[in-house]
Amino acid sequence: MDYQAIWLSLRLASLTAVILLAIGMPLAYWLTFSRRRWKFLVEAVVAMPLVLPPTVLGFYILLAVAPRSPVGALYGKITGGMLPFSFAGLVLASVLYSMPFMVQPMAAAFSAVDRRLIEASWCLGVSRAATFRRVIVPLARAGIATGVILSFAHTMGEFGVVLMVGGNIAGVTRTVSIAIYDQVQALDYRAAGETSLFLLAISFTVLALTYALGRRLRVVWPPN
Amino acid sequence: MAAELTCECRKRRPSGFALDAKLVVRFDAAPVLVLFGPSGSGKTTLLRMIAGLEAPDEGAIALAGATWFDAARDINLPPQRRRAGFVFQDYALFPHLTVAQNVSYAAGRRDVRDLLRGFGLDEFATRMPPTLSGGQQQKVALARALAAGPALLLLDEPLSALDAASRARTRGELRRMLVAGGVPSIVVTHDRAEAIALGDSMAVMLDGRIRQTGCVREVFGKPVDAQVAECVGVENVLPARIVSRERGLITMETGGVQLQCIDSGETGPVFACIRAEDVALARGAGRTSSVRNHVTGCVAAITQEGPLARVELDCGFRLVALITAQSAAEMNLQVGETASAVVKTTSVHLTPGAPLQS
Repeated sequence: MDYQAIWLSLRLASLTAVILLAIGMPLAYWLTFSRRRWKFLVEAVVAMPLVLPPTVLGFYILLAVAPRSPVGALYGKITGGMLPFSFAGLVLASVLYSMPFMVQPMAAAFSAVDRRLIEASWCLGVSRAATFRRVIVPLARAGIATGVILSFAHTMGEFGVVLMVGGNIAGVTRTVSIAIYDQVQALDYRAAGETSLFLLAISFTVLALTYALGRRLRVVWPPN
Repeated sequence: MAAELTCECRKRRPSGFALDAKLVVRFDAAPVLVLFGPSGSGKTTLLRMIAGLEAPDEGAIALAGATWFDAARDINLPPQRRRAGFVFQDYALFPHLTVAQNVSYAAGRRDVRDLLRGFGLDEFATRMPPTLSGGQQQKVALARALAAGPALLLLDEPLSALDAASRARTRGELRRMLVAGGVPSIVVTHDRAEAIALGDSMAVMLDGRIRQTGCVREVFGKPVDAQVAECVGVENVLPARIVSRERGLITMETGGVQLQCIDSGETGPVFACIRAEDVALARGAGRTSSVRNHVTGCVAAITQEGPLARVELDCGFRLVALITAQSAAEMNLQVGETASAVVKTTSVHLTPGAPLQS
């Protein structure tokens, strides 16, 4: 088994989930409560990775972060490095690629919070931000947890986008799924089988955990 | 506390519903205003506008000189800065917090223990809201709103989430809690008994407009027009004092006349409510029927209302009877003549009432 690749994937998936949690929460809040007419455009953009072939997404990310692009140039000026074929570039690509898996469960959970509870909090003089923290987040806990777990699991298994943006550099951008691909190409079916089984186990555990969590949370707050 | 609420709101909905409400309330002597009207008349919308949860298209809202909303000056304070405590129809308690945490949610540094004790909630302090009865949830909602130190309390149909039995029991209790809370309150209801039991003054809302404002007895006793009369439904609302009770009957005294009704367990000052169509009339001062309530008086006015005649009788208090125009003609009733009114015991309904100011 390629432990280096497994370790890299775990780091990538955790970092992606943490960053997405920070970005996804305000985005999901905005998508849930905004009354802007062009909201559907943002919704479509966020959901795009669900239907777009990973190679297409990867191709555009590669163009967008190339050293001569505005993003790539800025990154180069600040860090001296470049985004394509680096771990940082992989993180950026993964964040975009897994966005819907974080935002959609969260937005669904936010909109399931009884509107009157939010209004009650406002009328009690509690600010919008504090209401979000004290009412919406605790009541949407299951949805937030689902978002974190799904985006983690989705990043663990991504292939096309990684290959396009990160290439295949051991210890830097070679993730588990790419390692499996390499192993099969080299006709090393034993190693590929082991690594695949590992990914399968992780996926199953994570999903089982998600559903178990959902059930437990529902027991704590029985629907009235 | 010279709190005065002035409110002038206009709003059109795409559905065609138009709200155009003008309301001025002085809360100093009469702390509880009932906003009364049939469902769909715009009561809740008006309440939400006062709270800042919805914005009128035009108009202005101010409490005690502080402007909350003014379309002309582009002022629209968020609900947080209005401090209007809102008690929702189903109470909207935070389901993930205990009773004590709900009450202290917006209390800041204030100690809520006295408040919990005052509402009889200390034994439930660690319970979760869904495990409480409707009446207890209502107390938590009210305590939570009061703990935030509101300038005005807004209650949207506060008794409608309760079953019929506890509703009657809770009415008087809610009135006491509102008065003890010492915060001017607006209570939305479509129930006559609730309006009488809870309010000092009332405003009648019909089709998005405030049609009449005044003290509760005055509005019920002298509706400004037929529509309001039909809406408030009860023409006779008489302040009464309970004299005695025996064998399931209450004898009470109003305006020097004794009336009997079924004992529904009310105590203290009460109002006897009699619908005008439940009052039958006879010429002279007769007294021969199974009906226990006979009142003799002088006919003060007769008005025709289509097939009906509305007869006002002065018998120490004003009693309105609604009889068919035909019977009025057959009896040949004239203003100034003596007539006697008969009211069946079961047609007299008692509701607890606020002590009269005047």
